[in-house]
Amino acid sequence: MGKIIKGAFLGIVNVVFIWIALYLLGAEAYLVFVLLLLGALLTNVIFLLPRAYPYRYLLPAAFFMVLLVVYPIVYTVYISITNYGTGNILNKEQVVAQFESKYTLEPNSDSFAFQTYRDPQGDLWFLFTDSLGGQLVGHDGELTHLREDDPLLRQLAGYTELSRVDLVRATNELSSQSFAYDDTHELRMRNINAFNLYLQQYSYDRERDVLLEVQTGIVYTPEDGYFRAPDGTHLTPGFRAVVGFGNFRRLFGNPQITGPFVSVFIWTIQWALLSVGTTFVVGLFLAILLNDPYLRLRKVYRSLLILPYAIPAFISALIWRGLFNTDLGIINQILQATIGSSVPWLQDPFWAKVALIILNLWLGFPYMMIICLGALQSISAEMYEAAVVDGATAWQQFRHITLPLLMVSVAPLLISSFSFNFNNFSVIYLLTRGRPPIVGAQTPAGHTDILISYTYRLAFESGRGIDYGLASAVTLVIFLITGAITFFNFRFTGALEDVNKNV
Amino acid sequence: MYRRHTFFRGLWRHAIMLVFLVFALFPILWVISASFNPANTLVGQSLIPRNASLANYIEVFTSEQYPIALWIKNSVVIGLITSTLVVVMTSLAAYAFSRFRFKGRREGLFASLLVQVFPQMLAAVSIYLLILSIGKLIPSLGINTHAGLIMIYLGGAMGVNAWLMKGYFDTIPTSLEESAMIDGASPFQAYYMIILPLARPILAVIFLLQFIGTYSEFILASVLISSSDKYTLAVGLQLFIQDQYASRWGVFAAASVLGALPIVLLFMFLQKYLVSGLTSGAVKG
Repeated sequence: MGKIIKGAFLGIVNVVFIWIALYLLGAEAYLVFVLLLLGALLTNVIFLLPRAYPYRYLLPAAFFMVLLVVYPIVYTVYISITNYGTGNILNKEQVVAQFESKYTLEPNSDSFAFQTYRDPQGDLWFLFTDSLGGQLVGHDGELTHLREDDPLLRQLAGYTELSRVDLVRATNELSSQSFAYDDTHELRMRNINAFNLYLQQYSYDRERDVLLEVQTGIVYTPEDGYFRAPDGTHLTPGFRAVVGFGNFRRLFGNPQITGPFVSVFIWTIQWALLSVGTTFVVGLFLAILLNDPYLRLRKVYRSLLILPYAIPAFISALIWRGLFNTDLGIINQILQATIGSSVPWLQDPFWAKVALIILNLWLGFPYMMIICLGALQSISAEMYEAAVVDGATAWQQFRHITLPLLMVSVAPLLISSFSFNFNNFSVIYLLTRGRPPIVGAQTPAGHTDILISYTYRLAFESGRGIDYGLASAVTLVIFLITGAITFFNFRFTGALEDVNKNV
Repeated sequence: MYRRHTFFRGLWRHAIMLVFLVFALFPILWVISASFNPANTLVGQSLIPRNASLANYIEVFTSEQYPIALWIKNSVVIGLITSTLVVVMTSLAAYAFSRFRFKGRREGLFASLLVQVFPQMLAAVSIYLLILSIGKLIPSLGINTHAGLIMIYLGGAMGVNAWLMKGYFDTIPTSLEESAMIDGASPFQAYYMIILPLARPILAVIFLLQFIGTYSEFILASVLISSSDKYTLAVGLQLFIQDQYASRWGVFAAASVLGALPIVLLFMFLQKYLVSGLTSGAVKG
């Protein structure tokens, strides 16, 4: 029975593999095709070889992880060494095709009068007459020079000729028509009365890999993602190209980018430290009070204080944005009523940061309270009894017993919390969007932007154009930092030794 | 360190608790109150609404331009499917990591942790392009589909989840499985009939954390989903409120209350499991 199920499963999987493989071959995606073959081979080996049994359990998770995390990471690394972004979105072939399709009106060129016909299929036919009386028929991008009594003329006579009113209605359709006249000229509509010869602006020399401006003879060579002339000017758009460490050099060497990056970086660290610090202090304080068995209503307090943590953070952040609203928000109304002035919460760099810390305190203190309560309960009461015998004050007990013992189990969680807040995108993005902006920054950096929100705006939201290349470079910096913190944390807790020991 | 309270000592403790209760609960009460306030604006709201009505809630369920109730449903469905699949996938992987010894076991555990550190949302561009090309082959997994979105979440869910679960499995003694296998059970039957029932607390924790994380995710969802009827609540609610606090506050409040409800209920339900999960290193997404 098990064998039959296994066989059927493997059969279906292989059919799917073959189906995708055929599609990939059709789309000429050979690299992906090879990867797919490897994957298919691996799957079959895992299911047919008894020795590979454990890998069956890993297959589903590994499949999604490789496809949707590992592959995007590799792609991000690749993008970080390219100039991918506004102005360099297309690849080189697409850009060359774009330049080759640019035409300018040939000066003093002959005008062609034209009549337009529509055949029963609805396609357009043109009969052109040049100033000397020579006639050409244009259809589907091609021109035919007419001889006397050409049968094409009779053919045209059978089609419906478009009136002037029809022509005006069909202007868009007409102006998209073009007919190759010779190697460098095209016949295109100039106005409702005439077609003219247009000269191709650029021609691409495949062998020398240069772009030639036909009229002036200037040679443009591809370099760093642009076609550049000898005098240093370049054509736009550029194309996607590998620029090596260019993005990293910009990040660390261009004052207009480095300046904001450094200030964003510093705030990111401050933010993560303050977030962990404030939530931990408040959480621990409450945990100590709640841990007191003589405190009445402690269960009620506990379940009510946990509530902020049970609400999805994106909803809380949007709610607090309403509370912090400068003109109408309840917080400013209360301040107005009690101390007679209001605070520009989301407009002033300092107060925007304070607002963020308050919000994050609200979101995060219940978590710290829960873990501290857990840790406090594991500290034995005998310690305190001994301390009391020795005459220790409450503060001394806290300082020398509670805190050190608590830290043993809580410290790793504080470090994870640090790296969580280091990348706590949603709170920043939903409350302030990184605003107010830093004046004079070349990239879209704000005073409350942390690295991850800054990167997000670089990649997706910049009014001055997106910059995937630079964004990917910053992503890798974030990856390195949080990776290092996590690694340190696991070293610290001995989790890695655990892995070593078991092998 | 704790002593029986005198009346006065007890009083100041309760006073401190009261201060923090106000801090913790005021925003919640304020939003609940706004949701019943027919005025639908931040201006002139009071804690106990005058002329309380259900108008905002009715708007949530009937608005055609902003189908908020539908968004909540989308979020719940996506969250449930994702969390279920994640629990299945990670428990399989964690079982292998915990019970088998094989080549690449250590590297696999490392990799799943390392990869977790990478913020998946920052790879949104490449994920978008990937889903776009998958969609050309299988349209029902492409851009603007819930299935495509769920697939993305499945990719990002390994890592810490597998790690936590493996840690829990390690604490379950192997003797039960061994005796089952002597009676002829296959390793898969041992996983299915012995490990899974015993590991229920950690399964609940992973399910809850994954559900909350999926429910709150809005970057990848907003990159992938483009039509209003397919939005999740996290994407839609944000677009709905934008900077329109003056004119949509009431409806927003009603939507917030309804949107928070599934999570709060789930949280209350699984709380006792959750506390143990949090103390062993999970962070809510």
